[in-house]
Amino acid sequence: MAGVHVTTTINSDPVEYVCPADESLMDVLRDRLGLMGVKEGCGTGDCGACSITLDGQLVCSCLVLGAEAEGRAITTVEGMADGQNLHPLQEQFINNAALQCGICTPGFLIAAKALLDENSDPTETEIRYALAGNLCRCTGYDKIVKAVQAAAKDLRK
Amino acid sequence: MNDPKYTGQEFKVIGSRVKRPDGIDKVTGRARYGADMNAPGQLVALMLRSPHAHARIKKIDISKAEKLPGVKAVITAADLPDLTEGNAGLFDTLENSMARDRALYDGHAVAGVAAIDKSTAKKALKLIKVTYEKLPHVTDVDDALEDDAPIIQPRYATEGQHGNLINKGEFGQGDIDQGFAEADVIVERSYKTGQTHQGYIEPHACLASVSPDGTGELWVTTQGHYSYRNTCAQLLGMDIAKLKVTSSEIGGGFGGKTHVWMEPIALALSRKANRPVKMVMSREEVFKASGPTCSTSMEIKIGAKKDGTIVAARAECRYMNGAFPGMWGTLGGMTAFACYSIPNNKAIGVNVLCNRPKVAAYRAPSAPMMAFGVESTIDQLSKELGIDPVELRLKNVAREGTQAPYGPVWGPIGIEPTLEAVRDHPHMKAKLGKNQGRGVACGFWFNIGGQTCSDLNIGPDGTVNLTVGTIDVGGARASLAMIAAEELGITYEDVKVNIGDTSSLGHNDTTEGSRGTFSSGMAAIFAARKAVDVLKERAAKMWQIPVESVIWEDGSARANGKEHSNLSPLTLKDIAKKAGSTGGPIAGHHEATAEGAGVSFASHIVDVEVDPETGKTQILRYTVVQDAGKAIHPDYVEGQFQGAAAQGIGWALNEEYIYGKDGRLQNSGFLDYRIPVCSDLPSIDTKILEIPNPGHPYGIRGVGETSIVPPLGAIGNAVSNAVGVRMYEVPMSPPRILKALDEAGV
Repeated sequence: MAGVHVTTTINSDPVEYVCPADESLMDVLRDRLGLMGVKEGCGTGDCGACSITLDGQLVCSCLVLGAEAEGRAITTVEGMADGQNLHPLQEQFINNAALQCGICTPGFLIAAKALLDENSDPTETEIRYALAGNLCRCTGYDKIVKAVQAAAKDLRK
Repeated sequence: MNDPKYTGQEFKVIGSRVKRPDGIDKVTGRARYGADMNAPGQLVALMLRSPHAHARIKKIDISKAEKLPGVKAVITAADLPDLTEGNAGLFDTLENSMARDRALYDGHAVAGVAAIDKSTAKKALKLIKVTYEKLPHVTDVDDALEDDAPIIQPRYATEGQHGNLINKGEFGQGDIDQGFAEADVIVERSYKTGQTHQGYIEPHACLASVSPDGTGELWVTTQGHYSYRNTCAQLLGMDIAKLKVTSSEIGGGFGGKTHVWMEPIALALSRKANRPVKMVMSREEVFKASGPTCSTSMEIKIGAKKDGTIVAARAECRYMNGAFPGMWGTLGGMTAFACYSIPNNKAIGVNVLCNRPKVAAYRAPSAPMMAFGVESTIDQLSKELGIDPVELRLKNVAREGTQAPYGPVWGPIGIEPTLEAVRDHPHMKAKLGKNQGRGVACGFWFNIGGQTCSDLNIGPDGTVNLTVGTIDVGGARASLAMIAAEELGITYEDVKVNIGDTSSLGHNDTTEGSRGTFSSGMAAIFAARKAVDVLKERAAKMWQIPVESVIWEDGSARANGKEHSNLSPLTLKDIAKKAGSTGGPIAGHHEATAEGAGVSFASHIVDVEVDPETGKTQILRYTVVQDAGKAIHPDYVEGQFQGAAAQGIGWALNEEYIYGKDGRLQNSGFLDYRIPVCSDLPSIDTKILEIPNPGHPYGIRGVGETSIVPPLGAIGNAVSNAVGVRMYEVPMSPPRILKALDEAGV
């Protein structure tokens, strides 16, 4: 299959790549660009481990084609910290023990950031529904919700 | 020095809530899991799998696939000679990793391909022609014991019993016939539970590299890299020392990553192609061809006196093992009545084969099903007796000195304290509304120790590397660093824990049975104590006094006695700096088979609301009470309790493998096999009890598994109380609840 040339922005950096027309953005990010923080849990949009934002919108990168990223702005977990300073969500996930195995964590962080970008003071129910597209099998979600609440508070300061 | 007895010492580091050392890697995407490693010249491997539940493989033609440009190796069972030398379990593993004469379940691997990229590998799979002869199949555990059921594994069939019945594990005490004869009230019921999957979010993944000189490397997501090494080396005829297995970060295991699945095939493809091979399962493959848990079918009978004294109990439970035999029924039989003191009891766990994937451990394997039956029956007994269900359990509870149904006499155990904590918990007094119900249930799990080997090395600046051979699936590095710091008297930040690969330490048993923190923690303590002995010797040398005059206190060597009062203490760092001139590097090492794992008990409370129109159950409130022995890092202990409860909730309400009449799995994805999501659950409240394990210096018990045991029974009791109709089958999915309501005329 002929390659598609794509010019895009990833974590604020200009990036170019060539990918087959049927290749998912997740595979491009992981296998062509080395952004391994994008995790594959299912490849069918059910687990949210490959969550990224595309022009600020939360998407499963396994459901987007690499070719669709042309001219868009992508954020992955690798782009969340500001140099040595972790994003408050990253800090609070560590402080609250909101991860056990950690495979779902990048997706949760991206999804939680998408929520807090829209709603700086979500209720617990709003958090639970906003994160319902991300599966975690280790934590029972309790400490994840608490971490998001703590990060929201930090961000409002 | 290596006395594992609990001493009741005061702690400085243990019990605090420090930040885990691998946290930053895991929140920045830097941590490398099974699929995150690449090698120069690497190929991509895919597996061709049987679309049939049971079929004879008459012929496999790989010639066209082999000729496709970009394909570097194709293998079938013909490339995997039987090197198992009569080891039946190992042969099962070989046959499960690739079908030989027959495909035994939907998804059973029949051929593997390694190619330059995924799309080439996919094309090659389509070019492999397999000629199957379909055979009759059976996927239900009770159907498998019918007279006309096909025999799944003739090599395991025994004269005089059904060919699919492998064995029975039978446990108990007393005379149950006499016991039931003495009972005033007897409740006897049948129950079923569906087959569930551990549902770890990370699929199986590995990077295999075998060289023509007979050496190899395997990077793999696993709970037991030593066991993977030993198994793969034996199956492929390699020397164990020449295969280096490195455990990647692991994206969840829960027992499902204790056995090899496609790893021997990845190694075999790499050997054939003489190139590194990366193999990653799809989610569909994980569901179809890894190791889910057993479905079960059981009868439970419990008899009591009018005052609530249980005098007899019997359980018989058939465990569906998949296409290869396991010990699942046996484990279930051991756990059935472990929470109680019942003079006459018998529990039988039966292992049965079906055309389903080979069952693996799933968190406290086999205990949740038996507990569902037993805890549901006890609740019904309490209603017949007119005794509060918690009081009935307390009246018959096992205590220190009670003989366990499977033999040992209990030491100090936590079932009574957890039940008392449940009885006194404010949750029990909260008001319930319409269509709401509350349930309580108990659970038991053994926990294990096992072979453990670790190294503690003190660097020239006094910081410490602790290398362990158990894996970190949920904060173990933090707990083990805390233990080493506690023992050496230094700060948590000065200890760095590494998970060693198989070439860096002696054999370590798989991280299962909640043994990681228990046994590697014990090894860390003893390795640290050996290092302290060396530190004392070095201090003696530096002071030029006899070592007998040196004591170790708060991270420093102190010279004992008035004659040495002019000598100021030497810190670990002071001594480490001089190591080069006092005898070389300072280290401690420990290897042993850890004994003395402490059994663990939990009691749970749950409130539910059932919508009578839709049959949907909402969990309103959930409380876990469990004995941890000693919580090293309370955050991660709570996390284990919460995660286990959440898995139990999914099992109780939604999750099950659904097979069609064709014997094929119909819901091999997270959309149709629905695990709980964030909006399904309330905050899960936890209460950690600490009844020290006398067999560990710090009193540690395993904490990871026990809390998946009570939820099925607790939720069954709560749903039954909410709708007024007893539920006998798990999962209590909306259609099943509606059917039960309909049949009861509600």
